[in-house]
Amino acid sequence: MSLKPEEVEKIAELAKLELADDEKESFREQISSILDYIGKLAEADISGADPMSHSVPVLNVLREDAVAACSKETRDAAVGAFPESESDMLKVKAIFS
Amino acid sequence: METKSLTAADIAEGLKKGDFSSREITEAYLKTAKSRSGDTHAFVAIDEAGALAAAEASDSRRSKGGIVSRLDGVPVAVKDNMLVVGRRATAGSTILKDYVASYDATVVARMRQAGMPILGHTNMDEYAMGSSTETSCHGPTRNPWDTERVPGGSSGGSAVAVAEGSAPLALGSDTGGSIRQPAALCGTVGFKPTYGRVSRYGLIALASSLDQIGPFARSVRDAADLLAVIEGRDPNDPTSVELQPDWALPESFRDRLDGLKIGIPKEYFVSGMDKGVEKAVMAAIRRFEELGAETKEISLPHSDFALAVYYIIMPCEASSNLARFDGMRYGARVAADTLEGTYRKSRGQGFGKEARRRIMLGTYALSAGYYDAYYLRALKVRRLIANDFVRAFTGVDCILSPTSPTVAWKLGEMLDDPLSMYLQDVFTVSVNVAGLPAISVPCGLSQGMPVGLQLIGRHFGDRTVLEAAHAFEQVSGGFGEFIPNK
Repeated sequence: MSLKPEEVEKIAELAKLELADDEKESFREQISSILDYIGKLAEADISGADPMSHSVPVLNVLREDAVAACSKETRDAAVGAFPESESDMLKVKAIFS
Repeated sequence: METKSLTAADIAEGLKKGDFSSREITEAYLKTAKSRSGDTHAFVAIDEAGALAAAEASDSRRSKGGIVSRLDGVPVAVKDNMLVVGRRATAGSTILKDYVASYDATVVARMRQAGMPILGHTNMDEYAMGSSTETSCHGPTRNPWDTERVPGGSSGGSAVAVAEGSAPLALGSDTGGSIRQPAALCGTVGFKPTYGRVSRYGLIALASSLDQIGPFARSVRDAADLLAVIEGRDPNDPTSVELQPDWALPESFRDRLDGLKIGIPKEYFVSGMDKGVEKAVMAAIRRFEELGAETKEISLPHSDFALAVYYIIMPCEASSNLARFDGMRYGARVAADTLEGTYRKSRGQGFGKEARRRIMLGTYALSAGYYDAYYLRALKVRRLIANDFVRAFTGVDCILSPTSPTVAWKLGEMLDDPLSMYLQDVFTVSVNVAGLPAISVPCGLSQGMPVGLQLIGRHFGDRTVLEAAHAFEQVSGGFGEFIPNK
């Protein structure tokens, strides 16, 4: 199967990735050939097979939604990792504009 | 001090007898790691101060007669996707190049509690996506047997550190073979425990249903000892499980394998394997028979689908896991005029080619209209693959195969051909798909490069795999036979 250039644009948009122009073409070819390969799954007889998302059966594991204290060092490290900040606050672009 | 031929058990013994201190041995490894960095580039960061402080603390405990574990004072390296508080953890990615961890991964915390000095972080393919350790933002790692060749991947730095004597032990992570394959290509022991045996808390995730942390070592005994330190239930990882008493690792392993039944899957011995690899593995099968094991041909009929299943599930989970790297709360931000533009630029420039390729593939397979055809179908075939193993293990105790179809290849050879690179994982991915334990141990040389043998066990049958590998190691000469440029 061969992806169309507009499909590559669409996937990049969904994945929020900026691609260079030459990459759009090389990704189109490479991803198409990988899809050809994984297309062989169409040959598997999956009748009666339960989907398996995990090898250890885990149901939703819940905990109390309680605030846990953290040390000043941990807080400073988290704040220190912000790409942009004003005093101790994380700075981002306006979400509504 | 010579680090090239020491095992962790040798070091533990030397510390016990007072032949050297933890500080001395840690200094020796730091020195080797630094002196090898221009040749092989196993480490991306060395924590000299942290490692020496931990070593001195160990020496002081020992002088008071209070060591806290078998490996107290024995240094270890960790892959660059595991968090160590106050240290960078980059996962080999530009987007995390300056990220400093604010907490310890559970495995790191447990090694600290066991008194092990942490030497530093080892190189890896970006986000553990690769089989060659060439896609790291820090540049490639090279194989100590031949620096023109790759070390395998994605945990290539950890494999090289152990192989060349820059660390006696190291941790890696294995999503589709990322511990076993570099172990095979560098001539070390590499073990992927059963999924759920080791906590993933503080491991930068690739594919959460497949990822598992495990040890690199120079002997099976050493690998088991390190596993004993890191394993067990962790409330911070709900997929980690409470270990049952009959899953426990023994104090010592037996040397004979009488009564052990080993299955040889006929689907794994078909075309595409190097002649030299096949020859070494066939010779190993005879060794197992001499040890008293019974070998028989088995069938894993859905093997041919394993890679396709893997290359759907892994990118789907990766595209979801990597959505958190958006340039907002941590990691590199590349500003644009709009929020959407900032996301796209930060991710477009922060992720390398292979990471973007896999995010694209996963996003496509999960997108409206394709979910049933790709992801859901892959989950169903995953069940069939897991069932093949369940069926096989009613007749055998473990399964033997090569770890990799070839020995290490030249740098650059497959970098622009992702599908060929993916095919290198043909013998290892099924184990992750089914969540089983598997080890790679060196079993010979081909073209002067190490060949690895893989043993796969039942769910939580980690002990059986380690026991069989240990017995094999005793008769095949062990690590002493696999020291690069001896």
